[in-house]
Amino acid sequence: MGRQTEKRQEPGSAALAGRLALLALAMFGFGFLLVPVYDVFCEITGLGGKTNDSAATVEETAVVNRAVDLEFVTRVNQYAPWEFRASQHGMTVNPGGLYEARFVARNLRDRAVTAQAVPSVAPQQAAKHFKKIDCFCFTTQEFAAGEERELLVRFIVEPELPEHIDTITLSYTFFDSNLAASN
Amino acid sequence: MSEHDHHDDHGPAKGIKRWLYATNHKDIGTMYLVFSLAMFMIGGFMALIIRTELFSPGLQFINPAFFNQMTTMHALIMVFGAVMPAFVGLANWMIPLMIGAPDMALPRMNNWSFWILPVAFSLLLSTLFMPGGAPASGWTMYPPLVLQTGDAFPFLIFSVHLMGLSSIMGAINVIVTIINMRAPDMLLLRMPMFVWTWLITAYLLIAVMPVLAGAVTMLLTDQFFGTSFFLAAGGGDPVMFQHIFWFFGHPEVYIMILPAFGVVSEIIPTFSRKPLFGHDSMVYAASSIAFLSFIVWAHHMFTVGMPLSGQLFFMFATMLIAVPTGVKVFNWTATMWRGAMTFETPMLFSLAFLFLFTIGGLSGLMLAIVPSDIQYHDSYFVVAHFHYVLVPGAIFGIQAAVYYWLPKWSGHMYNEKLGKLHFWLSAVFVNVTFFPMHFLGLAGMPRRIPDYSTQFANFNSVASIGAIGFGLSQLLFIYIIWLSVRKQGAQATSEVWDNPKGLEWTVPSPAPYHTFERPPEVTTDKAFT
Repeated sequence: MGRQTEKRQEPGSAALAGRLALLALAMFGFGFLLVPVYDVFCEITGLGGKTNDSAATVEETAVVNRAVDLEFVTRVNQYAPWEFRASQHGMTVNPGGLYEARFVARNLRDRAVTAQAVPSVAPQQAAKHFKKIDCFCFTTQEFAAGEERELLVRFIVEPELPEHIDTITLSYTFFDSNLAASN
Repeated sequence: MSEHDHHDDHGPAKGIKRWLYATNHKDIGTMYLVFSLAMFMIGGFMALIIRTELFSPGLQFINPAFFNQMTTMHALIMVFGAVMPAFVGLANWMIPLMIGAPDMALPRMNNWSFWILPVAFSLLLSTLFMPGGAPASGWTMYPPLVLQTGDAFPFLIFSVHLMGLSSIMGAINVIVTIINMRAPDMLLLRMPMFVWTWLITAYLLIAVMPVLAGAVTMLLTDQFFGTSFFLAAGGGDPVMFQHIFWFFGHPEVYIMILPAFGVVSEIIPTFSRKPLFGHDSMVYAASSIAFLSFIVWAHHMFTVGMPLSGQLFFMFATMLIAVPTGVKVFNWTATMWRGAMTFETPMLFSLAFLFLFTIGGLSGLMLAIVPSDIQYHDSYFVVAHFHYVLVPGAIFGIQAAVYYWLPKWSGHMYNEKLGKLHFWLSAVFVNVTFFPMHFLGLAGMPRRIPDYSTQFANFNSVASIGAIGFGLSQLLFIYIIWLSVRKQGAQATSEVWDNPKGLEWTVPSPAPYHTFERPPEVTTDKAFT
């Protein structure tokens, strides 16, 4: 019965099937391409509430006399035994000025653990104007058993912050570092 | 016996080898359809477990973890095991017969694409017996929840890979067959609508199944190889999974409905005794739907926090789909206008499709509106919406197709009385099951929960009664098919119906093992335009 089908099989069938298989492979690659595309898109637009993940080179500029409320939210990822809080509930900043905020974290386990804090800024339009000069979230943080430590973030809110934004929420979530977890 | 297997061109091999080594499009089509029916029953049984638990408030029969496993497995099995293979089975059986080809273009790959499926679903179903149980994160597999799946996790990923491979190979086969194997006078725009909608569906499959494969591969490496595609702690973003998943997921819903559009576009003209109204506009409408399906994905995730401009874009793009879909609905209606209509079972299912799919489309429009979607999101309203487009949409389309072509496959008419009984039971119970879910959702009942507030008790009881009725009615469907296959029915003529259009009605019933070894002449009488 194979012969019968081959008799009428057009010569282009294998070539067309090959091209379609290539298309499928290309779409598999496209799925992975979406990852960097997504990151670049979020970086340009500031969507996703992500802030810079290494020290920003922003100079302190003339301080604008405009009060912006900054609120802190601290969270611990589910099941991770940490105590994590902001030293102050919030602060008022003027765009252009250099400020610092302090957080306190304590390892509740009786062994050394490596942590990673992940920041997020709301509203999303504020994310790209919230520049961190130094942050404990840039690197993983090693904690000895039961250690409590103060963590520091230095930042500048750029004067280009859109006019309608008068409150910014800065949130940190504390994770067990997954690099440490996989080792 | 095997040694004496002489390669007779006029009949199938004997015994199990006929099926294991099958390269004949009719055999493979039959296997797909039987497999799909089996999965429909398994998935349906899981739905009944869900509805039994939800019959009254409180936890009665199963624990919440198992409930979540049931919702997840029900969806995966129905989407990838029942609906998609059923359409591939119909494509295998009917596309060569409709375009005058002797077989599918790539018969050995065809064998592969079928036999991968039982393997994939054995992997998936085996997870029910594993420590930690089956996947319970919903069929959308959102991280980080899905990463908490126990031993079942790699089985879930690999079974999705295999289903994807099977669909992609099936789709390649359909495209090559349609492009290369048509009878000489079967011009593209003369092709029957079922062939057209499948051609478009096949392209959708090739475009998006690999993206799903990529997304689940990333889940796999996140879990086992230390990557952080979706893990916030490592710099990834779980919302990105939702974007990638729905980039696959929205075209997927059209993959499940376009072939059903094709089926009713065959059936309504036959029983209205008029040619399909606006054949070419149907082709363009289906193509537009396919194109639009790629730019609406984020309407599944309006609540993740999107800028206003993004919400507006996805809202308007989604509403735009109503235009080509409306063209189709009006064309079917216009086909019936002043037609000499009769109401055999396939026609009844097609009409129910037309009415009830439109209800599902309308609730879809409601969900497209951002402010109302934020209210309806993850509520039973969503459950009602997608079950209206999938059950009286895709499933009724498949059942209409089975009644329409069964006499061509088996050579014997099905029992019309029982067929009509099956239709009326299904049509009534499907509404009893899913219509109250609209009210439940609007009243605030969330989806995917095993227990609920007592205020939702009455509508849930009604829905559960409907589900049990609908499930039992499907046993009648199996019995009717069995009767026809066992030749308990009048011998079917080659035309079966009253002067239907299409090349499949020019071959005898049952269709011989080999058909169109010489390309048929496509006369205007038998072609669709």
